[in-house]
Amino acid sequence: MVDLYVLLIFMIAGAIIAIEVKDLLSSVVAVGAVGLALSITFLVLKAPDLAITQLVVEILCLIILIRATIRKDLPFSTSGRWLLNSIITLAFIAVFLYVSIEALKDLPPFGYPIMRVAEVYLKEGLLKTGATNLVAAIILDYRAYDTLGEATVIFTGVLGVMTVMRRVGRKRQEETEKGD
Amino acid sequence: MMAYYLCLVLFCIGLYCVLRKRNIIKIIIGLTIAEYAVNLFFILVAYRIEGRAPIYSPDTQITNMVDALPQALVLTSIVIGLASMALLVGIAMRIYEKYGTFDITKIRELRG
Repeated sequence: MVDLYVLLIFMIAGAIIAIEVKDLLSSVVAVGAVGLALSITFLVLKAPDLAITQLVVEILCLIILIRATIRKDLPFSTSGRWLLNSIITLAFIAVFLYVSIEALKDLPPFGYPIMRVAEVYLKEGLLKTGATNLVAAIILDYRAYDTLGEATVIFTGVLGVMTVMRRVGRKRQEETEKGD
Repeated sequence: MMAYYLCLVLFCIGLYCVLRKRNIIKIIIGLTIAEYAVNLFFILVAYRIEGRAPIYSPDTQITNMVDALPQALVLTSIVIGLASMALLVGIAMRIYEKYGTFDITKIRELRG
């Protein structure tokens, strides 16, 4: 399990670089490194489908973020209530850490999942769905409505992006057409 | 348990970035990191020691598969994360076109 810890520490280092570096493009590239390390981590944790999806999504994510940040300056302003903001943020994170460490004690230990629901899927998945890949069997058969909801969310997201990024409104276009 | 704690640290880095940074792109980056940490946590919970990937093979009998249910849920979550991030970046670029800056404190000053 040494490789898992190496990858986790690499991801933490990449995340710290991503949020602390001054240049926005370097920051985006560091996030890309974190995402690719996450993809390898999924592979180590025996989730090959997730590794493939994460790889594709990470590259798309990188393209979108670079498109947003390229040739844009980054005016850094650290004036104002710097100390107060830092103290409030760190206090909030400390409270959050305390609560979540208390909550983690109730989880089963690492490497021994409970698998009460997944037991049925693992036992009867091949017979009932005929799919050898159980992840595909779950998302496309047992929980197909989840996938439908996912498609709806993506459709809404695409609609939102098109609405926000549209260059000219409909009224403006009609006016230009009249002008021509 | 050490892997859970490291995953929690990764989430806290993302949370710190969202709460403390003033650049909108940095805030989006923080959200992305926090989302990665949550996805990773689900897969860590699903992992079984010496487990195998949940894929059947025709000739050998595999009994020690890892939990396939969180993997299916996270597969949905990753793709939704991409869609929400694209929407956030779109709004951020619109803000840059309108105000000429990514700094959220400057944007608040320019109201009206």
